[in-house]
Amino acid sequence: MNRGHRHGAGSGCLGTMEVKSKFGAEFRRFSLERSKPGKFEEFYGLLQHVHKIPNVDVLVGYADIHGDLLPINNDDNYHKAVSTANPLLRIFIQKKEEADYSAFGTDTLTKKKNVLTNVLRPDNHRKKPHIVISMPQDFRPVSSIIDVDILPETHRRVRLYKYGTEKPLGFYIRDGSSVRVTPHGLEKVPGIFISRLVPGGLAQSTGLLAVNDEVLEVNGIEVSGKSLDQVTDMMIANSRNLIITVRPANQRNNVVRNSRASGSSGQSTDNSLPGHPQPAEPSFEPEDEDSEEEDLIIEGDGAPRQIPRAAPPAESLESLAQVELSFESGHNGFLPSREASSAPVASGTNAELETRAPGHKLLEEDGTIITL
Amino acid sequence: MRRFLRPGHDPARERLKRDLFQFNKTVEHGFPHQPSALGYSPSLRILAIGTRSGAVKLYGAPGVEFMGLHRESNAVMQIHFLPGQCQLVTLLDDNSLHLWSLKVKGGVSELQEEESFTLRGPPGAAPSATQITVVLPHSSRELLYLGTESGNVFVVQLPGFHTLEDRTISSDAVLQWLPEEARHRRVFEMVEALQEHPRDPNQILIGYSRGLVVIWDLQSRRVRCHFLSSQQLENVSWQRDGCLIVTCHSDGSHCQWAVSSEPQQSKPLRSSIPYGPFPCKAITKIFWLTTKQGMPFTIFQGGMPRASYGDRHCISVVHNNQQTAFDFTSRVIDFTVLAEADPAAAFDDPYALVVLAEEELVVIDLQTAGWPVVQPPYLASLHCSAITCSHHISNIPLKLWERVAAAGSLQNVHFSSMEWPINGGTSLAPPPPQRDLLLTGHEDGTVRFWDASGVCLRLLYKLSTVRVFLTDTDPSENLHTQGEDEWPPLRKVGSFDPYSDDPRLGIQKIFLCKYSGYLAVAGTAGQVLVLELNDEAAEHAVEQVEADLLQDQEGYRWKGHERLAARAGPVSFEPGFQPFALVQCQPPAVVTSLALHSEWRLVAFGTSHGFGLFDHQQRRQVLVRCTLHPSDQLALEGPLSRVKSLKKSLRQSFRRMRRSRVSSRKRRPVGPPGEVQVASAKVERTGLQNMELAPVQRKIEARSAEDSFTGFVRTLYFADTYLRDSSRHCPSLWAGTNGGTVYAFSLRVPPAERRMDEPVRAEQAKEIQLMHRAPVVGILVLDGRSVPLPEPLEVAHDLSKSPDMQGSHQLLVVSEEQFKVFTLPKVSAKLKLKLTALEGSRVRRVGVAHFGSCRAEDYGEHHLAVLTNLGDIQVVSLPLLKPQVRYSCIRREDVSGIASCVFTKYGQGFYLISPSEFERFSLSTKWLVEPRCLVGSAKPKNHTRPSNGTGPEKALARARNSGNQSDGEESCSPVMEKALLSDARVLKEIQSTLEGDRG
Repeated sequence: MNRGHRHGAGSGCLGTMEVKSKFGAEFRRFSLERSKPGKFEEFYGLLQHVHKIPNVDVLVGYADIHGDLLPINNDDNYHKAVSTANPLLRIFIQKKEEADYSAFGTDTLTKKKNVLTNVLRPDNHRKKPHIVISMPQDFRPVSSIIDVDILPETHRRVRLYKYGTEKPLGFYIRDGSSVRVTPHGLEKVPGIFISRLVPGGLAQSTGLLAVNDEVLEVNGIEVSGKSLDQVTDMMIANSRNLIITVRPANQRNNVVRNSRASGSSGQSTDNSLPGHPQPAEPSFEPEDEDSEEEDLIIEGDGAPRQIPRAAPPAESLESLAQVELSFESGHNGFLPSREASSAPVASGTNAELETRAPGHKLLEEDGTIITL
Repeated sequence: MRRFLRPGHDPARERLKRDLFQFNKTVEHGFPHQPSALGYSPSLRILAIGTRSGAVKLYGAPGVEFMGLHRESNAVMQIHFLPGQCQLVTLLDDNSLHLWSLKVKGGVSELQEEESFTLRGPPGAAPSATQITVVLPHSSRELLYLGTESGNVFVVQLPGFHTLEDRTISSDAVLQWLPEEARHRRVFEMVEALQEHPRDPNQILIGYSRGLVVIWDLQSRRVRCHFLSSQQLENVSWQRDGCLIVTCHSDGSHCQWAVSSEPQQSKPLRSSIPYGPFPCKAITKIFWLTTKQGMPFTIFQGGMPRASYGDRHCISVVHNNQQTAFDFTSRVIDFTVLAEADPAAAFDDPYALVVLAEEELVVIDLQTAGWPVVQPPYLASLHCSAITCSHHISNIPLKLWERVAAAGSLQNVHFSSMEWPINGGTSLAPPPPQRDLLLTGHEDGTVRFWDASGVCLRLLYKLSTVRVFLTDTDPSENLHTQGEDEWPPLRKVGSFDPYSDDPRLGIQKIFLCKYSGYLAVAGTAGQVLVLELNDEAAEHAVEQVEADLLQDQEGYRWKGHERLAARAGPVSFEPGFQPFALVQCQPPAVVTSLALHSEWRLVAFGTSHGFGLFDHQQRRQVLVRCTLHPSDQLALEGPLSRVKSLKKSLRQSFRRMRRSRVSSRKRRPVGPPGEVQVASAKVERTGLQNMELAPVQRKIEARSAEDSFTGFVRTLYFADTYLRDSSRHCPSLWAGTNGGTVYAFSLRVPPAERRMDEPVRAEQAKEIQLMHRAPVVGILVLDGRSVPLPEPLEVAHDLSKSPDMQGSHQLLVVSEEQFKVFTLPKVSAKLKLKLTALEGSRVRRVGVAHFGSCRAEDYGEHHLAVLTNLGDIQVVSLPLLKPQVRYSCIRREDVSGIASCVFTKYGQGFYLISPSEFERFSLSTKWLVEPRCLVGSAKPKNHTRPSNGTGPEKALARARNSGNQSDGEESCSPVMEKALLSDARVLKEIQSTLEGDRG
């Protein structure tokens, strides 16, 4: 990914390779000969042995270089795991009956961390058992249509997953104007449109976006009133996990989802229509907000690692996002303060400092969990 | 969905926020952009300047300033104060008249527009019939006489602008009093001059453009006498006693005419063409002013020989047998002469000439032999040479201030010692709470030090870095090429000089340590100079070091400009900041970041290729690091090769200048204005259509390591913190790049006693790659109490609490898109605030500021002041990164304004609103520098002409002290006291450091 990476590869890859395996709340560390990894069955046995779970059926997964949790269930993906491990191979083991298949293949560390919490405290956050139709671990989503249930049928919310740098997002946007239905009749308002799809790019290969689709939202934030440059900057800033709500230019492909629709779909093009419920709540989970890759740090010894998160993160970050969203309503320049609702960080600066000071200690505790 | 709940309200915090933050644009510093009119009130001693964008700015004593803006942004063509009143009338280029008043509200005067008016002719009359050319406010204070293009003089009554039709002096009415031959020969045409008799309010003088001048009796409504000249009339001056008039003409001549009972004067008493005999340009304005001793002053604009000096902008002063043609570097808009204000006085006895040129205001002392220039306390021409960067330092220790001011006063010996003559009104603003310096870097390689403490931005000292280098032009060449008996007797005045010998000299980054007097200055061709303040002139060689930033990257060719050639051998420097070390980056790309640590004696600098660390104590290079991505060809080649050559850019700037001159010529709208508008609308429409044909599109792509200019070093920062382990802190250097990389180096600085013997060492300790890869624009370390680390030497001078080294430190990295806090020494993400992902705005400038509460004397908080690319200013709290307030400040289209913004350490800021003006703004409730002033009522002030012998400093001091307000005084004095108390120690400290330096 960068020079640091190459650095690491140079220093850590020779000879033996460290394996860190996790089952439940337990870690095991051992090493493997990188040049002679052996067969998957042997490795599976080895794992059962080191974790002292000889007769338990388990699913084996590993974290690849992009932070994705990928399965190991045959010789091929086992060898792939060994050859790409850098510098250590991180293994996650789940009991088969408790396994969360949805964890596999989805992107990024944060998502995986949620998986981790599932793995670590299964009682805490258990999800409904999934119906396994095929082998979901063999798939990796590159795009999805989300929130179909809450959006007007003329709209489509598309999520693009970007893995590393293999494939460009590959689209362009432009200024344009669209016609809205307002109480005063039809009105022409400025809008942002997709102007071009790069052949072979992610956007084109998904088939979910097309030229002249109007962009209505970027990651849950409306683009109306924002300039082309602002929207460009927002999309690039969200490029690791881009969620675009569009009104497709070609409405014929839209599925008519309810009986009422046939009459109204033609004109209900405007989500700011008075009386029309604003689908303001994107249903992607709050975790998604942070599901971007973590920064990399190279310490003096030259080994790159991903930067762990310190302190109690998710909540305060979410609260920040909230403040951001409520910016527009703040009148007279004053932004509504959030202290009251994010209780632990209290009010008043002094108090804030006090509570924050032991953050270091928190980090230590969390650190043992997160640092693999 | 928790995140969509209404945010909770903490009333206590909201109240505190109101005590801490407040947004105000307080004052505009510098010279108004595109001035178009000048007015002066002798009774108020207030100067008014109108601009092409419709602003009126009033200036009196230092600190007395007002600004008004016409609702229509039409150019102000004329400004006239009503005699003896706090009122003025402006004429705009849409032929509308506006009445402004200075009204006292809450103890301070305010400038307000009262009334506006457009002269209407009879239906069917040509628009030129009512096109106003001259305005005469009558001494009765009720009437305005309006001369028009048709030759008629209309009369309106104030303050309501009632047209008095029966008093109109039509050209026909004038005509019937003239003898046959005058009537035959002359068509009247427009009124060029209107003047009231200096002694008799019942007589006015009307001058017509074809050369006829009449004296009209208002009571009997008849012509008392008339004068006929053979040349086109430009303007008229009436001698104080009313016995003589002086006319000036388009052929460059001026004539004197005796006013007697004789109704007709066919010949002038005297006529001369001062710069004849060859054809001359018009004399457009003339003053004839009597003196008690000796001959009268003749002061006129223009009249230069057309062929050889027709392009000069000159004002000539003739008195006794002296004659000087003051030669201005930009077009003269208008001028006036300050003379005896009392109408009853026998003589004019002029004492100052005030000239408004396109780019500066020049005041010339007419009482002192040689007519020296008076240094203005305000209206500084910030753009004498284009501003390329700026740097603000708050709370300067008195000793350093005095030393800089002393060095500056040695540069100002050629200025007159006359007190500033335009001194009307009283400034009520409290004395500035602290001494602040604003440093501006310029294209010509100079750095100007401005006193930015108060309302008046005043030049303290000017530093030139040019002497260090060999440039094409030798500065001695163009000095005094003219001998004694040269004719015309031209004398260059003014400081506006937009021509730069060499654009490579341009200053890009400045860093001043206010405690030690060390200054680092970096420029366009990769030059980094380290300077120290010396009170004596000195001659010494500048040590040179080359920093090869490409290091092991082979096979690349720099196609940009060459590096500057430094002068070999000793160079003599005047007292002030004297360079002692020069680092030249290789390749010589523009320096993009700079940091100086005066305690460790280290200077860090960065370009688009990498960064380096220089030990200025040992004059040795400590570290060089290349940040280039190997595939980044664009950064390697340099900027000029792709954009344009030097020659080309010069040619373009000349062309631009010519264009601006042409556009400035337009004086009166030609032809019906409607036509022009239609045409321009058409152009616009076709432009729009073209745009629709090929719309702008933007590529959406994640940033990658392969992008261009990722190696560009955006920020450098020194910190004493826990970089490697939590038990030992050590000096460190941090660098952030355009590609979202942060490098951290641990430094080993030898202790003071072995500082010269052991080398400084640097070792890379960390490298952080932000995954979003946005440019890093700020790096900051917070101490154990989450307070930003103090500046070097700040603690040593007892001006700051020492940082808390017990608790754990935190690292704040500000990228264009996000704010992120990490723990130290183990870098773990702790907090972040996303800006771009949520709003689409990007961070352009960020600075730490201390916000004091306006209620509690000693309460204050440190926060981040942030300017975005949309021109918004936000305050983001430390250390929790919570947005506090947001204000829109600069138009988002104003890219140069946004780029020029600097924040102060106390929540104020400056940005350029034009090439020549800084807007000052404040985010703080406590630190607010704005004009508060009172302008006295109609009765003329009884102060006499300014005495010589006291410099402008004294005038300033007096102005500041004259209006002390109790509350302002109280709140400020402790600060001053503290600064003074610590100064003795500061002085000792500085001396010892300087001595140690030499040893």
